[in-house]
Amino acid sequence: MFHRFANPARFSRIAARVLPWSGAATIALFIIGIYYALFASPPDFQQGETVRIMYVHVPSAWISMACYSFIAVMSAVALIWKHPLADIAARSAAPLGAGFTLIVLITGSLWGKPTWGTWWVWDARLTSVLVLFFLYLGHIALTNAFDNPQRGARAAAVLALVGFVNIPIIKFSVDWWNTLHQPASVTRLDAPAIDPAILTPLLLMALAFTFYFVTMLLVRMRADLNAMRARALRLSAAE
Amino acid sequence: MIGLTLLVRRELGLALRGGTDAVMAVVFFVLAAVLFPFGVGADPAMLPRIGGGIIWVVALLAAMLSLERMFSADYEDGSLDLLYLSPVGLGTLALAKALSHWMTTGVLLLIAAPILALLYNLPVSALGALFLSMLLGTPILSLVGGIGAALTLGARRGGVLLALLILPLYIPVLIFGAGAIDGAVAGRPIAPQLMVLGGFLLAALALAPWATAAALRQAIE
Amino acid sequence: MQGLTTHKLSCIRGDRAVFAGLDLEVKPGRALLLTGANGSGKSSLMRVLAGLLPAAAGHIEWEGADISEDPDAHRARVAYIGHADPLKPSMTATENLRFWARLYGLDPAIEPALYQFSIEHLADVPTRYFSAGQKRRLNLARLAAGQNSPAGPTLWLLDEPATGLDPGAVSMLANTILAHLSNEGIAIISTHGGRLDELIADHADHFTLQTTGSGVAG
Repeated sequence: MFHRFANPARFSRIAARVLPWSGAATIALFIIGIYYALFASPPDFQQGETVRIMYVHVPSAWISMACYSFIAVMSAVALIWKHPLADIAARSAAPLGAGFTLIVLITGSLWGKPTWGTWWVWDARLTSVLVLFFLYLGHIALTNAFDNPQRGARAAAVLALVGFVNIPIIKFSVDWWNTLHQPASVTRLDAPAIDPAILTPLLLMALAFTFYFVTMLLVRMRADLNAMRARALRLSAAE
Repeated sequence: MIGLTLLVRRELGLALRGGTDAVMAVVFFVLAAVLFPFGVGADPAMLPRIGGGIIWVVALLAAMLSLERMFSADYEDGSLDLLYLSPVGLGTLALAKALSHWMTTGVLLLIAAPILALLYNLPVSALGALFLSMLLGTPILSLVGGIGAALTLGARRGGVLLALLILPLYIPVLIFGAGAIDGAVAGRPIAPQLMVLGGFLLAALALAPWATAAALRQAIE
Repeated sequence: MQGLTTHKLSCIRGDRAVFAGLDLEVKPGRALLLTGANGSGKSSLMRVLAGLLPAAAGHIEWEGADISEDPDAHRARVAYIGHADPLKPSMTATENLRFWARLYGLDPAIEPALYQFSIEHLADVPTRYFSAGQKRRLNLARLAAGQNSPAGPTLWLLDEPATGLDPGAVSMLANTILAHLSNEGIAIISTHGGRLDELIADHADHFTLQTTGSGVAG
């Protein structure tokens, strides 16, 4: 399957054909999803209207985790089969993942203020996401730390795999630490009871976020490919 | 095996002749820990409660300080090329470097830790937990740190970058290392924390040299 | 098929093809003098031949067998001199040399190797007191140390080895190379011309790397 998309020119052609559709689907899903999230779903009987933050918070959390897995898979492909497109995919996905992670942290904080009375609680999940955010930042910084972009991509690929192995360990450690240090009265940032009235907007928003992620990933990968081509052209012109 | 001893002996010889470099990490370790009471107050009842955590946090930072030099000299003077071409292999090199780093940093932190225990008023019953947690935990810092040191070879602003890459990965060691000391201070059993640390150490021993070798391979290319 | 051959060897650095479709052949007892402008890929070629850099395409054969089939055996036959001198300033000349020899599983006498480059009087001096030329001599003494060992390397890859050497040292290097060649060894030497080329000219072929990529045999 990878080989079908391994050719950058073919990838660009396919991306150009997919992009209008995925872009349109993103917009449509957001319109329907936001309508359901803001108007067509009931407020929570405990948390009131603030529960609607969940429709942004939870899908972002899903994407931020899925994105790191995606980067890890692409990194393995890049290291083992040396596919240039896998490097580009990982490099393009990392800032998106970091963005979604930041959204999780900000919405978690916004949700925390009315729920717990403070902007930040060292809740196990939020803390793990915070560490994930730093893993993303490290990945992005390492990618851009070298004069030779290929060296940066390969180093970042090794880092992504190391991070991927470490994420369950960090998660386990933070959970253990949390049970030890946190008073038990704190409610968790969960999707409360999975009621269909909540599930519909949640899934719609998750789908909208996923399409947005895929669309932006394609846009970024195409831009990266074009930048690479421009650099190669400049180099050959200089000779 | 011959290669490993040969490399470790060379590293230790170089560290010995480097003189004060290795001692600087320990001085930093003690100094940084001394700063905290100035910031949070020196309440004798509070110090033992936060002491375990602070000792471990400054241990992470002290171990990280000397990481940057782990491969950089060999990278710059071309030794890394020859080490790669030698029959010894990069995995053994990574293990030898981590081992030498631990012997020149971790062991010294281990020796200096009782001083900090004294300063933080830790009960004598917690000294065993302090020693064992650092004995199991500090080699992990060297092993995992080696990956970061190899990844940042030739990078711009290598030092800050190294901190960004490595500190998040150190969090589990911090949690269970400090957890063991806190447990001992509070009179709870500490075997679980130490066993988890031991598990981390075994995993790091098995995986970290391999990842470091992969990172070194990228740096040589 | 004896010696070293390359087939359609290509190398890419970053986005740029450094060289492409390179066919080389070096027979035992011969040296190949590699010339080319700055940036024509001499150093990259050296690193590819040493196995430090992967080739983007093509392959390298030693006595008819692809070296990627047994990379360990290839590494064992390579002696590589790069741009930098891999010496530790706090270690003496003898210590530096002995470390590399032992790491490569060789156990030669160190003294004769130093003698071969006239630095035996510096044997117990830490290399931080060496001049650039003396450091280069000590680095080259690694070749002599390998030469004095029973299973020393057969393929010498020397990347501008005469940099910083005075005429006397260049002669010593030339003699060392000639001894290696007379022992059925192979040397590939990147160079910008000069005395070293003249001294080994009788046993050397020339090859010029073009900046566009492929080379011209001369």
